[in-house]
Amino acid sequence: MDFSINKKEELFLQMIRSFAENEVKPLAAEIDDQECFPIETVEKMKKIGLFGIPIPKEYGGQGGTNQMYSMAVEELSRVCATTGVIVSAHTSLGMSPILENGTEEQKQYYLPKMASGEWLGAFGLTEPNAGTDAAMQQTTAVLDGDEWVLNGNKIFITNAGYAHVYVVFAMTDKSLGTKGISAFIVEKDTPGFTFGKKELKMGIRGSATRELIFENCRIPKANLLGKEGKGFAIAMKTLDGGRIGIASQALGIAQGALDETIKYTKERKQFGRALAAFQNTQFQIANLETRVQAARLLVRSASYKKDSGLPYSADAAMCKLFAAETAMEVTTKAVQFHGGYGYTREYPVERMMRDAKITEIYEGTSEVQRMVIAGKLFK
Amino acid sequence: MKIVVCIKQVPDTTEIKIDPVAGTLIRTGVPSIMNPDDKGGLEFALQLKDNYNAQVTVITMGPPQADAVLREAFAMGVDRAILLTDRVFAGADTLATSNALAAALKNIDYDIIITGRQAIDGDTAQVGPQIAEHLGLPQISYVTDLKFDGEKNFTVKKETEDGYQLLSVDAPCLFTVLASANKARYMSVAGIIDAFDKEVEVWSADTFPVDKSKLGLNGSPTRVKKSFTKGTKAAGQMYEVDSEQAVEIIINKLKEKFII
Repeated sequence: MDFSINKKEELFLQMIRSFAENEVKPLAAEIDDQECFPIETVEKMKKIGLFGIPIPKEYGGQGGTNQMYSMAVEELSRVCATTGVIVSAHTSLGMSPILENGTEEQKQYYLPKMASGEWLGAFGLTEPNAGTDAAMQQTTAVLDGDEWVLNGNKIFITNAGYAHVYVVFAMTDKSLGTKGISAFIVEKDTPGFTFGKKELKMGIRGSATRELIFENCRIPKANLLGKEGKGFAIAMKTLDGGRIGIASQALGIAQGALDETIKYTKERKQFGRALAAFQNTQFQIANLETRVQAARLLVRSASYKKDSGLPYSADAAMCKLFAAETAMEVTTKAVQFHGGYGYTREYPVERMMRDAKITEIYEGTSEVQRMVIAGKLFK
Repeated sequence: MKIVVCIKQVPDTTEIKIDPVAGTLIRTGVPSIMNPDDKGGLEFALQLKDNYNAQVTVITMGPPQADAVLREAFAMGVDRAILLTDRVFAGADTLATSNALAAALKNIDYDIIITGRQAIDGDTAQVGPQIAEHLGLPQISYVTDLKFDGEKNFTVKKETEDGYQLLSVDAPCLFTVLASANKARYMSVAGIIDAFDKEVEVWSADTFPVDKSKLGLNGSPTRVKKSFTKGTKAAGQMYEVDSEQAVEIIINKLKEKFII
């Protein structure tokens, strides 16, 4: 496996870094502070095509690789983790299940508008009593003539309210357990589909996280995604891909915190010299850099396998587990290096530390990732 | 409407240093970028493409690796890219450079030619005007705004030291543009993905008719006598005072120096 950057990726990184630095970074502190969804940034991202990177051109996407998509989420998250997760949830959780499981008609109808960013995507699996134990779905879908009737609640849904297309999971036959779960495509403004209150979160505070409420929500029969009863498999496969997105986000947060720490320790003087001149600083930062590079290689490797059509489920779990724990370690140490200043909102590292925590929780907690990795070993 | 934009790959001079002994630029490890003024000119061309369906060609003279700026231009949306590369072009001063570019431009259809005002590595601001002279075109330099009437007339804002001039000119003509004139667009993701599938036309000094004695080092009358780093000025004085006191301090300083 060769993960050296090719010319196309080099040009892509040049563009995305410049975009992140000039358009995303200046708003990062404000959208965190105000807890506001960065609509203007979304508009700018639409223009350059950041919402359909790995989607084939025939479905209105950019025809890029998962590697490029991962790089984009990393570079956006390096300066603003909120912006990174908007793209990640839309691409990996909103569009991928339609691309991978949709009928030709569904793909032709939904993907072009999603890949252009006109319709953002979201994913509704988690319920109040079905988190890590995702099989405990209470939401139901009952076929009534030519329509499915959905009832139930989904919680902690990223992009909720701003997204137009929701991939939602519901029980179509409770007696079958996980084999009774099916996937559906629900559009915003469908009667019977409303949103609950916005969650007030510790980090990624600019991203919209809300509850989806279905009360006798009727959707066309044709909006079943994949075969009836295949919902659980679709959800798990979608999350495999999503984990590469979140690992990329975590990697970006870690790199961003490391960048800030190197800059700060060069400037900050104590006992007559820069913090960076102390060997303790150098050794600790060397350790962090090594961890970040290791995380990057795991992310690149998982993306490479996905692009190559190889199995990547355990790889996605490993890169997400390691990158998330790396983000937590690097940001915690970054705050420590910044001392009292690091604890204030004058410096970005406290935000990065708050943002990092979610990467150990969503799209499968670190414990779930260990289950997936061990599951492959003890099959 | 056909537009040719002349661009140059330059070292990012915000990161460059001069070797104090040799007096030359230290280029190792310095990233190469599209010259900022040229990018401003390219943005105007692409806006004319967006609004009037103009066809945009970029041309650059440089070593084979200058291909990178042409790929960047493709990713921003240009239609055609030409790389003038040949050992015969090497070591050119502004005159030899403009001789080569003008000779090449005679083989390309254009209504207008756009160049940057100047390149950040040489800062001469001579190549654009020289091309216009070689081709006998009217030229407007230091352009910060362009309005096209949709036929052949441009109303152009030209920056001057103490203000600006509004000028009217008909195509064919040449403009030299400032980077501050606009905010150049980002490359698009789709543009980047396609950029490497497109053909960069590589032209040598044999591709088009040109007097080779006027090219490269041999065609360059300029001789560099010495390059050196300017000495640094003494640190200024900082005052944190209110505006009235500030005015008093400034007036006194100016009187001390017999400026007023």
